[in-house]
Amino acid sequence: MGLHESTAGILRFDGEDVTHPSRGQKKAMHKNIQMIFQDPYSSLDPRMCVSDLIAEPMKAMGVCRDKNERERRVAELMDTVGLSRRFAFSYPHELDGGRRQRIGIARALSVDPKFIVCDEPVSALDVSIQAQILNLLQDLQDERGLTYMFITHNLSVVKHISHSILVMYLGCEVEMCPSKELFQRPLHPYTRGLLSAIPIPSIHVQREEIIMKGEVTSPINPRPGCRFASRCPYAQDVCREALPAVEEVLPGHLCACHRVRELNGL
Amino acid sequence: MSLLEIKDLTIRYLTEDGDVKAVNGISFEVEQGKTLGLVGETGAGKTTTALGILRLVPEPGKILSGSITYKGQDILRMSEKDVQDLRGNEISMIFQDPMTALNPVMTVGDQIAEVILRHQDCTRVEAQTRMMAMLDRVGISGDRAGDYPHQFSGGMKQRIIIAIALACNPKLLLADEPTTALDVTIQAQVMRMVNELKREFGTSMVLITHDLGIVAESCDAVAIMYAGSIVEYGSLEDIFDHATHPYTVGLFGSIPRLDIETDRLKPISGLMPDPINLPTGCAFHPRCPYATEECRLDEPPYWEFTPGHLVRCHHAELVAEEATVS
Repeated sequence: MGLHESTAGILRFDGEDVTHPSRGQKKAMHKNIQMIFQDPYSSLDPRMCVSDLIAEPMKAMGVCRDKNERERRVAELMDTVGLSRRFAFSYPHELDGGRRQRIGIARALSVDPKFIVCDEPVSALDVSIQAQILNLLQDLQDERGLTYMFITHNLSVVKHISHSILVMYLGCEVEMCPSKELFQRPLHPYTRGLLSAIPIPSIHVQREEIIMKGEVTSPINPRPGCRFASRCPYAQDVCREALPAVEEVLPGHLCACHRVRELNGL
Repeated sequence: MSLLEIKDLTIRYLTEDGDVKAVNGISFEVEQGKTLGLVGETGAGKTTTALGILRLVPEPGKILSGSITYKGQDILRMSEKDVQDLRGNEISMIFQDPMTALNPVMTVGDQIAEVILRHQDCTRVEAQTRMMAMLDRVGISGDRAGDYPHQFSGGMKQRIIIAIALACNPKLLLADEPTTALDVTIQAQVMRMVNELKREFGTSMVLITHDLGIVAESCDAVAIMYAGSIVEYGSLEDIFDHATHPYTVGLFGSIPRLDIETDRLKPISGLMPDPINLPTGCAFHPRCPYATEECRLDEPPYWEFTPGHLVRCHHAELVAEEATVS
């Protein structure tokens, strides 16, 4: 989103280096990359009504020629995200979390982006509403060919919505592979622990139970070695000394663990 | 005999905008050493029910009718002093948010010792010893008894709250979304600890949650709440394998699953009704795919679908049939 400067490394969007974007590049980026925020309660200006909230990004980007066109687009967007037009002049506090999240989605869509960062878009919602929003996001992707980066801690949601998954731990890449593969064949001890920690709503599932000890340590001046070593049941001296490199352990399946081959019998 | 028996409990918040019908005539029982899962979404009345059991419903809430029988005595008819002796001693509560449930200007050791001193006939020194034992039991080193809540992580704060709740060895534990504010890996640690302690002390528990996965792992019986009513009640098997209320079926259809492949979720359409203005008849009818004229007019009575499996729906038989087919 260009809201934080990167300390090192390269960031490319659509082939273009945008690590340190110029003003013009920044503006183009904001048109192409939009974000849906986690908390539909605090990410909307409480003093703006729904139609103004949805029109705001279009005004900022100058995507509409005049007011009439903008109003027409606001009405279209409200239909797209399933917000009844009678809410056009309501304020956020009058609406429930699900509807507020729909406003957030309409705002993100308003400038026709290519890429949307969804930061925990459903974690503040109740399950029945969560399912409505997830279906909406999937439909929009099918219709408009959008690319999503879906940030969440909920692995059941991730499994449902994503095509490939990157597991992170304390700022480091731990494992990355196609979605199906991750659930069928998790390689990293952290991923396996994470999968076993999720309660499954069925009384017929039996599975191995790996309880991870301890808690996530602070990312301020981390100790050398694997970031997960202090909680890992398989940690050895090497894990505490050197940060493991990200390797392609199986075709298309990346993992950062010193002992991954040995532990998975590869 | 059940440890706790609730009959026709009705709780309203009498506000200026109208009466919020938070809990509408619910009944359930909790047996000795068993766990009842109270499941529902935001605003279903789960927390109000738990607060009602402790007679802690905040103003302008009023318990209008019903009875809460604990060990044969009706809590609603007890004197305030007797209820105070019960709270934290016989019946304790684990609160949802570990960040705000602790006193920030008191050391955690003092907060645990406080409840022991209040309820148990013991000296300060004995209370200190028991506090240390309790800390040790929840996996926190005794050297940290002099630390303040902000020095602990979320998972550790929740353990401290559990230590406070279990310090007097209560018979009944009310756990209100004990792990909702925690990460999954920490959630697994905390739930495992709660279940171990529960077994060790023979405590009964009412576990309030919206997570059906946690229910499957920790509960013996389940009550599904919607808009202040229990719409379905039964054993784990009744609810997970033979759900007969359209709301319960809808809940299962709404959650993405790790164990089953689904292309598309089947959400419940519409929104939770406003508890000031509940729909007539069955409160779920505006969102229900099975709703008929009958549902709009008459509130369905409890119907014993199979022994011990209660459901509140006019069309339960049809729902059960279709659920088995799919």
